[in-house]
Amino acid sequence: MPSKSWKEFSKGFVVENPTFVQALGMCPTLATTTSAKNGFGMGLAATAVLVMSNIVISLLRKTVPEKIRIPIFITIIASFVTIVDLLMHAFVYDLWKTLGLFIPLIVVNCIIMGRAEAFASKNNVWYSLLDGLGMGLGFTASLTLLGAIRELLGSGTLFDITIWGKAFNVFIMILPPGAYLTLGLLAALFAFIGMKRKERGNNK
Amino acid sequence: MMKLITGNAPHLRSKDTTSKVMIDVIIALIPALIGAWYFFGFYAFFLAILGAVVGEAFELFIMRYLRKDKSFVPNGSAAVTGILLAMNVSPATPWWVMILGLVFALGVAKHAFGGLGMNIFNPALAGRAFLLTSFPVYMTTWYKPALSFSKWIDIQTTATPLAILKEKGFSHMNVSYADLFFGSRAGSIGETSVLLLLIGFAYLVIRGRIKLMIPITYIGTVFLMSSIFYFVSPEKFGTPLFHILSGGLMLGALFMATDMVTSPMTPKGQAIFGIGCGLMTMLIRYFAGYPEGVSLSILLMNAFVPLIDRYTQPRIFGEVKS
Repeated sequence: MPSKSWKEFSKGFVVENPTFVQALGMCPTLATTTSAKNGFGMGLAATAVLVMSNIVISLLRKTVPEKIRIPIFITIIASFVTIVDLLMHAFVYDLWKTLGLFIPLIVVNCIIMGRAEAFASKNNVWYSLLDGLGMGLGFTASLTLLGAIRELLGSGTLFDITIWGKAFNVFIMILPPGAYLTLGLLAALFAFIGMKRKERGNNK
Repeated sequence: MMKLITGNAPHLRSKDTTSKVMIDVIIALIPALIGAWYFFGFYAFFLAILGAVVGEAFELFIMRYLRKDKSFVPNGSAAVTGILLAMNVSPATPWWVMILGLVFALGVAKHAFGGLGMNIFNPALAGRAFLLTSFPVYMTTWYKPALSFSKWIDIQTTATPLAILKEKGFSHMNVSYADLFFGSRAGSIGETSVLLLLIGFAYLVIRGRIKLMIPITYIGTVFLMSSIFYFVSPEKFGTPLFHILSGGLMLGALFMATDMVTSPMTPKGQAIFGIGCGLMTMLIRYFAGYPEGVSLSILLMNAFVPLIDRYTQPRIFGEVKS
């Protein structure tokens, strides 16, 4: 069934985009997107944890008792977060230092908990893997987009490459209010896209 | 039998239109703008004209092309926002920064919330807050008044009276009360001359466009609070008269806090609003990082307006208290 696989994989990009449509995982979204690179790194770290935890939770879905499933999910997620944390510490030390506390905080990221609870504990391994990958990449794309817009307007660079001089920097964009502004406007854009799609669907 | 036809409410309409009110407000701002020309040179006046023209053009664009209201006719409210924003920025602001602030004020603070009458925050003040955080250098460079309509070349920068109070103390003050009242001091384009602002405000009151409740409670609270702190330490906190005349208090209390859209509807609510603005202004002036807190305190109280309106709703005529 290629169509269902594709559906589970692609829904995370626009239709059920975790950041702009479901508004999940706001804490890292707002805090780490001061530059495109940070957003990209944060998104990839979350994606790695999401894919691995989805696989393991899906494998264990029949053996985990209903009543204590949340602690078990958290334990599984926490182990993968520790792995990612140590790997990033070892290989991308600068990024690890910038992201700081937000890497351990992936444990309580609601996207990962949400996918574990809503999807991986009910579906088989293949779909859970695709779901995790799709959602994670959707999350990464959103964070990179947010980070790129804020970095471009706030410090005139894109992935640390200078685009224009420092004279036109809108300083607010790399401060917390800039995160809320950009997020709000992008969420409005996604809602607008959703509305247009519905209209087109109705016209058919 | 007589046939009675009832149309939709409201049944009683006044002849006032939005554009009539807005033209009155613009007329009321003209004295302060001419004062700005005299104090800070033609560029300050030019910024206000730029704000009015670009504001109207941008609102027309938003309404016609983004919100697809083909029948929209400019009503002057965007011009008022533009002029007020210009009056709230430093005379050192480059023109493109001014336009950026205006785009934020109208695009995000006004039309993203639903346009005229629906915005929670005063658009001009939101624009100022945006510029203050985005371009702190331009927004906190202050010029010494030139006191001439023609000479605007050799400009000296200086600190505002409130910044001097915060950094050095009241005994270092370099302006007199008369300077503060007539406007010969450093500050934002339209805020310096209390006299000219009062003239414009008197016009609005005579025309019946503004209720006195907010300015009186606002300035009264500032007076009361600065009197208390005057007895604590005159050197550190300054005199009550100084606080009333300096900074943007007059511009804020007379023209920004009284904005019809973003202030409460009932007199009781307006009193609460004015007192809240006064308290916040003095707290920011005394204890926060910025030397001036008028714009931020009004924005903060704007956020409470729906709540204030809910709790000060008047009883419906004939309704019995339960």
